[in-house]
Amino acid sequence: MRIACPFCGPRENGEFSYLGDAKPKRPAPDAGQDAFYDYVYLRDNVAGEMEELWYHGGGCRSWLKVRRNTVTHEIFSVEPVAGAGAQKVAS
Amino acid sequence: MKYSIFSLARAALSGHKNWPRTWRDPEPQKQYDVVIVGGGGHGLATAYHLAHEHGIRNVAVLEKGWIGSGNAGRNTTIIRSNYLLPGNIGFYEMSMKLWETMESDLNYNAMVSQRGVLNLYHSDAQRDAYARRGNAMRINGIDSELLDQAGVRKLAPFLNFDNARFPIQGGLLQPRGGTARHDAVVWGYAHAADKLGVDIIQNCEVTGFTRDANGKVTGVETSRGTIGAGKVGIAVAGNSSRVAAMAGLRLPIESHVLQAFVSEGIKPLIPGVITFGAGHFYVSQSDKGGLVFGGDIDGYNSYAQRGNLPVVEDVCEGGMALMPVIGRVRLLRQWGGIMDMSMDGSPIIDKTPVDGLYLNAGWCYGGFKATPGSGFVFAHLIARDELHREGARFRLDRFQRGAMIDEKGQGAQPNLH
Repeated sequence: MRIACPFCGPRENGEFSYLGDAKPKRPAPDAGQDAFYDYVYLRDNVAGEMEELWYHGGGCRSWLKVRRNTVTHEIFSVEPVAGAGAQKVAS
Repeated sequence: MKYSIFSLARAALSGHKNWPRTWRDPEPQKQYDVVIVGGGGHGLATAYHLAHEHGIRNVAVLEKGWIGSGNAGRNTTIIRSNYLLPGNIGFYEMSMKLWETMESDLNYNAMVSQRGVLNLYHSDAQRDAYARRGNAMRINGIDSELLDQAGVRKLAPFLNFDNARFPIQGGLLQPRGGTARHDAVVWGYAHAADKLGVDIIQNCEVTGFTRDANGKVTGVETSRGTIGAGKVGIAVAGNSSRVAAMAGLRLPIESHVLQAFVSEGIKPLIPGVITFGAGHFYVSQSDKGGLVFGGDIDGYNSYAQRGNLPVVEDVCEGGMALMPVIGRVRLLRQWGGIMDMSMDGSPIIDKTPVDGLYLNAGWCYGGFKATPGSGFVFAHLIARDELHREGARFRLDRFQRGAMIDEKGQGAQPNLH
């Protein structure tokens, strides 16, 4: 599996670290325990196309949003996401 | 039939051409008391214990492929009970005891071989952690021995003791740990369950659940028609989220791929199971002579049953750091299996919020050794609607209650467990 980093070109997946599904969004601080339980622990665990966050630690150290098929490992798109962590909180 | 030295001699005289089927190949009936989804080790063990301990014999095990075609046939066959935390330690020891009597219980040769599991330590801090683990095991009546370097040298003189970066200082040995023949475990449970009346139905994929007006599960829809059931148990690790989603459930689980490897056969070298404490590498030698080994999961969500090269490289580097003697051994095969990686690294055996639906999931990559215990505990839960003492902490709601069982202390990041 090679990930085409928009800054570094196609690189083997060993250069990247995986955060996981890009979908869960951190709830507002007062959203309550159930919302946080859902955010921290529950996953759709998609079999098929999924948007996920990867970190190019062995290269440009950018956060990337990768659209990938979890059944075939086919990669459809790779986009930079500046400040992915901050973005999670914002929305 | 009952297997014995006499049945073997009889079959030998006729050139091994007249062995009867090991289990029947029945058509699915309309209705069962219990339907188990998933014909792996855990599902078959559950069916066996339902029939054997609880007298519930009107049971079907449904398998989408052939039995044992998932993780039961893809693991590195290690059995052990060297855990630390309450909740795990008693459960895995109960499982270990079931391994010790399995072959006579099932009347099947599962090639259970208690040749020892040795976890190596490479620093003072790691020795202290292993001493603590060993003491926890002993308090719970489990065998463990903390070895110094001389003790490890006696067992495995070929290791790279003087590695500049990770010198081997010693190891924690569980002499009763070892390996078992994974396929034979599946076949043994199938044989014994079938003999007690359990229907093992292969090539039968569950595609949905039937529910009554109150939402209670009343059966399953399958590729071979609708099958009614008083209770339904799910034991499909790797695909738990997909099957649970058919009943509207979301689980604290991600599916990840774990690779395993086997080398060409060589003369006897590795005495038991040996694990590298400075990386992630575990190895044993099969009776055919092949080195069976593995390491970390690949680290990204996958249902593909195959992994990628960076982990192959990492595992082989771990092997070379530990035992350079294997450097010229050729790799024979490599494959992948899909793990239910739970949010604390421990399994789930519990009722679900859906009436009549029971869940056995989240085994991460420790499911094989748990096979007999998992079946025993899950059967108890399904038959009596109460938790077995040894599985009482494997609750589905433990994440909500903050009662995690996190052996590695990694938190809710499944690819790190």
